[in-house]
Order: sequence, then C-alpha cells, then structure tokens
Amino acid sequence: MAEEYWRWTESRWTDPDLKWQDAKIITAGVDVGSVSSQAVVMLDGRLYCYGNTRTGSNSPDSAVKVMNMALEGTGLKIEDLQYTVGTGYGRVNVPFGNRAITEIACHARGANFMYGPSVRTVLDMGGQDCKAIHCDDRGKVTNFLMNDKCAAGTGRGMEVFADLLSVPINDVGELSLKVEDEPPPVSSTCVVFAKSEASGLLREGWPKEKVLAAYCSAMAHRVFTLLERIGMEKEFAITGGIAKNVGVVSRLEKELGVKALKAKIDTQIAGAIGAALFAKALVEKEGKKK
Amino acid sequence: MLTAGIDVGAKTVKIVVAADGRIVDYAIVPAGQDAQAAIEQAWGKLKTKAEDIEVIVATGSGRKSTQRAQGFVTEVAAAARGAIALFPEARTVIDVGAEEGRAIKIDETGKVLDFAINEKCAAGAGAFCEAMARALEVSLEEMGAMSLNSTGKVAMNAQCAVFAESELVTLVHNQTPKPDMARAIHDAISDRIVSMVRRVGMAEKVALIGGVAKNVGFVHSLNGDLGAQVLIPEEPEIVAALGAALLGAQDKYAKTAEASV
Amino acid sequence: MLANYGYKDGSGDFFITIDTDQCDGCGACVQACPAGCFAVGEDPHDPLRDEPVAMVSETQRKKLKYACAACKPASGRGPLPCVQACPQNALVHSW
Repeated sequence: MAEEYWRWTESRWTDPDLKWQDAKIITAGVDVGSVSSQAVVMLDGRLYCYGNTRTGSNSPDSAVKVMNMALEGTGLKIEDLQYTVGTGYGRVNVPFGNRAITEIACHARGANFMYGPSVRTVLDMGGQDCKAIHCDDRGKVTNFLMNDKCAAGTGRGMEVFADLLSVPINDVGELSLKVEDEPPPVSSTCVVFAKSEASGLLREGWPKEKVLAAYCSAMAHRVFTLLERIGMEKEFAITGGIAKNVGVVSRLEKELGVKALKAKIDTQIAGAIGAALFAKALVEKEGKKK
Repeated sequence: MLTAGIDVGAKTVKIVVAADGRIVDYAIVPAGQDAQAAIEQAWGKLKTKAEDIEVIVATGSGRKSTQRAQGFVTEVAAAARGAIALFPEARTVIDVGAEEGRAIKIDETGKVLDFAINEKCAAGAGAFCEAMARALEVSLEEMGAMSLNSTGKVAMNAQCAVFAESELVTLVHNQTPKPDMARAIHDAISDRIVSMVRRVGMAEKVALIGGVAKNVGFVHSLNGDLGAQVLIPEEPEIVAALGAALLGAQDKYAKTAEASV
Repeated sequence: MLANYGYKDGSGDFFITIDTDQCDGCGACVQACPAGCFAVGEDPHDPLRDEPVAMVSETQRKKLKYACAACKPASGRGPLPCVQACPQNALVHSW
C-alpha cells in the first residue's frame, strides 16, 4: 500500500504519580503482534508506563523498540526489569524476555485488570486474529476460541477496506455511522471476495460511508457468531485495536443486546498488561530477583 | 440437434455449442461487472446462429443472470458431464475456477457419485494464485513457469490469501528466490485441492478442468501430490459449459424446448 | 477450560474443542489421528497448570478442514478416530 491508510495513532504514557525507585517488584510484558507491538511496565502490579507501536519486519527489534518507547523519560532501563513475559505472535523473539505465554491467557488477565473482576466475556481483535474468551473473576481462562487463519474479522481485513476506500483506519468507524439508513452487510465473508463486492458497490455509486457501514456490519456479525459459539456471559469487554472502531463496536453491541464495558486505558495494551501480571505472579512464585 | 451451454463464472463467461456430443463452437469473454452484458457479448462472438440452437442450459455462479436459458444445472453436474465427454476414462474430476474448487467422483456415464467443494474462501481457488502473483509482481503465466525451476523449499504457513500475501512480502524482503516462492504457492493450493479429492476418494483417471488447469505450476504440484498425471483438455475453461450443453440434449430439455415453442 | 482450536472462514466453522478439565494428557488422540492433528505438552493457555494436556498441533491448527479430510469423507462418514479414542470424552469436532 503506497498511502498509509493503515496508520493508527502510536502512543506512550507514564503514570506521573508512581516512582519506580519505590517499587519492590518491577515486571514487564511485551506483546509482539504481527501488526502492532505493545510494552507495559508494572510496579508491584500497578500500571506504570506503556508504549504502542507498529511492528516492523523484525520481531526482536520491534520488542526492543517498543520497550524503549515505554521506558522513555522514566530513567528505568531494560536491565532493571526483574521479569519480562513475552506474548503475541513474536513472543519467543523477545531478546530480554524470561518466558513466553500465549495471548489468550494474557488477554484474559489483562482484561480482568482493565475492566475489573466482573468481566466474564472478552472479545479481542488484533491485526491478524480474533479471540473470544471466557474468564473467571481472577482472569483465568475458562473457555476460548481464536481465529487466526482467516483475515475476515481481523484488523488486516479492515485495513484492506480502509485502503480500498482511501480512508485512514482511525476514521473508519465514525465514517461508517454517517449513513442515513443501514445498508445490508457485505455478503462475502472472505476479504478477497468482499473487496471485489465492495468495488462493485462503489461502481454502482455507493458513497464511502455506505460501503464502510456494510463492511462494519458484516464484521460485527461475524464476531457475533464467534461469541455465540462460546456463549455471552456478562460483563462483556472488548480489547485490541477493534475496540477503537465505533462502527463495529456499536453494531456488535446492537446485535448482542449487550453493551461492552468502556475502557479508560488504551485497549491495545491488554495483552502486554496480562503478560506483565503473569511476570509478577511468576516472580512471587519462584522468588526470582536480579 | 444443436444445444448450447452458458457457464456464467466469476471471472469469465463461457458458451459452448454442441452437437452429437461434440463441441462445434465456443466463446469465452471476461465477466466484467455486468454479467448480462458479458453473456450477450459472448453470444455475439459465436459463429452459430441463435435460431439454430434448440436448447440452452445455464450453469455457473451467475447462471440466473441470463433469460436465454431453458434450464439450469449445477456446476458439479455440468463439470462431470463435460469431463466424461472429453475423457471417457475419467472417474475423478477436479474443477478449479476463480472462486471455487471442486472434487467430483463420477461413474462411466458422468453421473455424480460424490463431491466436495472449496467455496467462499479465496485460498481454495484461483483467486489465491492471482493474489500471490500480484504480491510477487509477476503474471500468472510467469509464476507458473518459474515455479518449475524451484530448487529450494519455502514454508508457507498462512492458509489465507490475505495473510499469505503479507507472508510473501516478508519473504521477498528476506530475498527468498522467486521460483522457490512460486513453487510453495502452487504446493499450498494443490494441498488444499487434494484434500477435497481425498474426501471423495481418488479413482483413476483424474481429469483437471477449469481456468486454473492452465497454470503449469499448479499442474506440476498437483500431479506430485496425487501421485498421478491428471488429464487436461485443450480448453479446460469451457468444460462446464460443454457439460451444460450436453445435458441440454437429453430428453427432459428437448421436451421443455418443444413446450415453449 | 474449553479450548476451541481451529477457525471460521468463508466455507464454515472448523473447530476441535478439547475440554482440558477432563483431559489428563494420556495422548490417545495423538496415536489415533492419522494426520498429526494432536500433541500433548504444557498447556499453552494455562501457564499455571502443572500436568500435561492435549492440544491441536500448530502445524494443523489453521488447516483443520484439510487436515481432517481423510477421516471425513464426503459421504459414509463413520465415527472419528480421535473422538473414539479419548477415554475422557474430552474431544468434540464442530463439523
């Protein structure tokens, strides 16, 4: 893609009220996805700082880059981290990582941290996957389903459409809500065929927002069927990049008849948070200190 | 008696005019955006006069787009009937088009005994090869030819055309030789097609039809996976249309044609 | 935990569900499957579980429709070897 319609906002943040020098247990989580990477540092299980960036072509470099981004301006260095857990597609490629744990376990833990112990159903959609997870009040997984085989219902599928319509991905959701009447959803599940279908709709004179509405609707329905497969138990929370797409979220909530809990923290860092929390649990379990 | 079969596919529209079980005329045009217009365009390219054709049968995903047909048959039935006409010894038919891949088990008359379909997923059909050729920045023909020169194995983990495209971009970035990537691409789709064949049970001989049969790389991988040489007609794209035309010559349709006069 | 391995694509839902609360990691499914769809090891999704568990192998997880083709003929399908082999009835196929 020549133009960068996929470019969402990269970010970093530090909690101004916490001092790492006072912490007993400093742990980190690094989530290296195929599309984006996040790094989180926790002080005694409290969120201290994080970074969120696009994964490059080299996973180990991406892990280091996002970790340094998270640590920027804090004075904390990678060597100061007592235990780091890597998660995501590139989890075994974190050079400074102590252990790799899958994203399903980490997302459940992360969602429990971000949304509280009442969360039972978590939907996560990342760059190249979509997960539906049930967890208990401690964030332990009781049921899960992950699709990372098919681009439909993943961030990549949405990127293809953003590119087709020349709409920056940050704007897709809001633009899709500007339609007067909700159009029927795109009928092809497959992103390749859906793209051809959408090209046809554009030629028929459909404006961009109508095509986006049709695609967001199709994506919401697909996600709905995945959630149906494991069942919907409240409270419901959404993590990952998709949580920022109001076009898909609002349509999904409508079809479910359930509203998702709203997050105060960047939804893309859920996996890294869960990883950092596992790191803390492992430090406490094994009594590891540098 | 002259009959015609119209195969309205995703990428191309094919018309075959048949008489006495043989092809007497045919036309292939791109489907474009307007199936009806494409059908008329194909019709116009035939040398046969419309009034000489007694029965018209349509098949293909867009078969309902034409008002010309007296009857409709499924792609599976049409592919089976067409394949047996060209290859009386065929007992398995593999039909790989732009958007669907099918494996069909038939008897000596071309009757369908069993079938399995790859549908609604680009990875199981010609659309996969097209997407990969685009990612490699070569034509389909070039990709097929170069795959025959592969000397090394490349792993392709993605089972989706969209993800495979991303995987290819990384491989290209790592300077993987193009022939090796091309070979991996054909091996991947062949693997998916062969699993459909396993579901119906392979019986020799195997006929390969549909547009993707023209891809030498795919054929090479397929023959390797099957452990058999597939039979390929001169014009593999028109076999389903031929089948539809031949089915049109059967009693049932002759009666319909009379009734509508 | 109900571990649903597999995917949903345009052509359908292809999930093998393993009930890890029932599974004791005996490996009967690994032996029964002619296509190498199963493996036994550390639970990838429960890092705090001590005993081994069965899972769908990484090589086949994303192509179950094709991997399972041998046991799922177009017609005349019998009981699946893996499902039959599991002494805990911990295995279910969605298709």
